[in-house]
Amino acid sequence: MTEANPFSPSAHELSKESRARLAQFGTLTVSIFLLIPVALILGMIAYKAWPALSWAYLTGDVTRSGAAGGIWGPLMGTFYLTLLCLAIVAPIGVLAGIYINEYAPDNQLTRTIMVAVTSLAGVPSIVHALFGLGAFVAAMGMHKGLLAAAMTLSVMTLPVIITSTREALSSVPKNFREACWNLGASRWQTIRTIVLPNSFGGILTGVILVIARAAGETAPIMFMGAVMWLRIAPSGPERLAPYGLNDEFMAMSNHLNLISKDIPGMPEQMKFGSAFVLLALILFINGIASLVRLRLRRRKRW
Amino acid sequence: MSRTPSRSNRRTNLLAINEKIIEFFIRACGWSSIFLVIAIFCFVFWYAAPLLPKIDWFGHDGFFTSTNWHAKEREGATYGILAMLVGNFAVAAVAMVIAIPLGLAAAVYISEFAGPRAKEWFKVAIEILAAIPSIVWGFIAITMIGPILIKYAGATMGTNLLNGGIVLGLMSVPLIVSLAEDSLRAVPDNYREAAMALGANRWEIVYRVLFPAARSGLLAACMLGVGRAIGETMAVLLATGNKNQIPHALTDPMTTLTATIAAEMGDAEAGSPHSQALFTIGLLLLVITCAINLTANLIIRGNKRKIAAS
Repeated sequence: MTEANPFSPSAHELSKESRARLAQFGTLTVSIFLLIPVALILGMIAYKAWPALSWAYLTGDVTRSGAAGGIWGPLMGTFYLTLLCLAIVAPIGVLAGIYINEYAPDNQLTRTIMVAVTSLAGVPSIVHALFGLGAFVAAMGMHKGLLAAAMTLSVMTLPVIITSTREALSSVPKNFREACWNLGASRWQTIRTIVLPNSFGGILTGVILVIARAAGETAPIMFMGAVMWLRIAPSGPERLAPYGLNDEFMAMSNHLNLISKDIPGMPEQMKFGSAFVLLALILFINGIASLVRLRLRRRKRW
Repeated sequence: MSRTPSRSNRRTNLLAINEKIIEFFIRACGWSSIFLVIAIFCFVFWYAAPLLPKIDWFGHDGFFTSTNWHAKEREGATYGILAMLVGNFAVAAVAMVIAIPLGLAAAVYISEFAGPRAKEWFKVAIEILAAIPSIVWGFIAITMIGPILIKYAGATMGTNLLNGGIVLGLMSVPLIVSLAEDSLRAVPDNYREAAMALGANRWEIVYRVLFPAARSGLLAACMLGVGRAIGETMAVLLATGNKNQIPHALTDPMTTLTATIAAEMGDAEAGSPHSQALFTIGLLLLVITCAINLTANLIIRGNKRKIAAS
């Protein structure tokens, strides 16, 4: 009889190993299981939207409560809403991120600011809508319209931009700053010439993600002047800029909200068409953010 | 030197003043989030305030104890939110039953088992999942999940508690995955190395070492998922059927605090008791979500300190 190899795994070790393999297989299955419904849903929306999609659909007017025609008005509304929101929130958010990462001393006040940022991020979107109604419309007397809605969205997206800016800034190594200070540069000069250029990509990613977030939100704008239907000039410059700052407006997210309820005689492809366009828009913007991040990682010099 | 000292001095002075102005702006922006949080609390409270002394809180038609929500009536309006409150927590609970196991398992796979390639792919997929806006989830609930539930779960209405739970669960998964993965990754590598040196295999490392070490971070991830599920509005409005009743079965239509505000605020006249009642609900939501988020963040911060100390 040959003696058993002392290095061969014992039964106990084998069972441990098989349990580990089972765990790996199980968690992998769950992860894939998560992706299947997403893929199915996206594929289904694209498939059912297909008959509606055309250039005429994108550039046509909303007709018969969205049952016919196109989505030009809501598209323009979402575009200007996002643009305005970005113009308001990007400077404030980036500067706030700079303050927290570069200026703020490590004290109670700074910790309070961080708590405020996370609390602001946790406020439900419908409460933001109430705040917008109370603060901008009732108290400040603004019209329910594009500007008031964009301001509400800005309050909501502020923590997103602060957090991503802060992350981008803190990834710039400390000795970059120290080298610059040693050359006699002031704090702001260091930030402007060294820190910001080296964290630009990260900040940009955050800004792009805010665009995606603002374009998809419905609750904060539904009481702030987003309406079902407005007449839009058939041609001329007003077709490209149909809404004034204080005017009511249409938006993709609100449009989808209104037509996805049971409206008799609503063709299915019109609903799926707007869902597809909104989704494609947002995933496209997210894709750009991912590309920026990827390029950045490749170009990183430290 | 071509520059005279006085000119150079003036230049430095100007720069110093410039710097002061810029720093002032930066500081103001930095403090803006504190200001906004206080403002949100104050404004929501202010527009709820006229009704607060008049509300019967725990009586027969009480705010917390009855399901009679007749806020629109001019005479004898009652403000019972019990059904919505129960609905809100019920739908969040169903969502968490779905999202927590899935999210934690996916986080463990991504952080401990997956190779670098698979990791990238799963992260992209999770990001796509996170990017789908809540109104599109609501649309998916109505048009796709609803018919499936009618066909296979015996529901009479496609929009119900289960539908809302499924949609909310799928929505909270990305948040839970990314937070749980962060806290698993925050466990120092020498914990893993020590366990490996003692002969533990990968799975034993996960459940004997990483789970206990990252326990508070994982708990915080789940809590933030709950907070997200409770605050979610549009998806729930479309998915749950918007019916003011306490759900007794998974297939019962129901409503939530958030959905009620979203459904009724459009018709409520500014300054009317109806609008004040909706602001009161908003105040309650604000308190609930803030409490959950603050607790979760305290847990995360305590955990960071513990890891830094070890």
